[in-house]
Amino acid sequence: MKEVTWNTQIKKNTKKLAIWTMLWTSSMALATFGPKFIWDENVMLSVLAVIINAVMGVGMILMNIKHINSLDDLQKKIQLDAMGIALGVGVVGGLSYTILDTTNLITQDAEISFLVIFISVTYLIGLLIGQKRYK
Amino acid sequence: MKNRLKVLRAERDLTQANLANELNVSRQTINAIEKGKFDPSLPLAFKMSKLFQLPIEKIFENDEMK
Repeated sequence: MKEVTWNTQIKKNTKKLAIWTMLWTSSMALATFGPKFIWDENVMLSVLAVIINAVMGVGMILMNIKHINSLDDLQKKIQLDAMGIALGVGVVGGLSYTILDTTNLITQDAEISFLVIFISVTYLIGLLIGQKRYK
Repeated sequence: MKNRLKVLRAERDLTQANLANELNVSRQTINAIEKGKFDPSLPLAFKMSKLFQLPIEKIFENDEMK
């Protein structure tokens, strides 16, 4: 049946995207903590871990593109709206955060991880709003 | 943009899920189009036109053209 084929394809792509995302985050953890806890600052192994992480990241990006292309019109619009909001909020919020740091209005240094979390949460909220809007 | 999707679907005894199935889209998409919350892309409109064997302008009505 057509629906089964279409739905199956989306489910398959979502699963593949989840696997690539898991591989990327795992390789990032390895590249971050490996030098200190596993291979005792060995430069060769550290460089290799960073390269593996970058390759996994490229795989994840390509899989994400494939996943989005397999969605239907409305699902693509929901994704696009959420990504637009996340990008806008990320740029504006990120720059404000940097200014807070450079002008010493906050005591700690600006960390990229805060920005990544901020963008991710905004993207998830954007998706939820989109799903609710077109329910 | 207004459309006659709900009527055309009912005339053919199709559920939203059936129609979504035929057009390879989600049921949510059919529902959003029927409620006028979302306008389909040209390829999807052509698919509908082919499925219902009607010209696009018999399915969709552009409010701005009135």
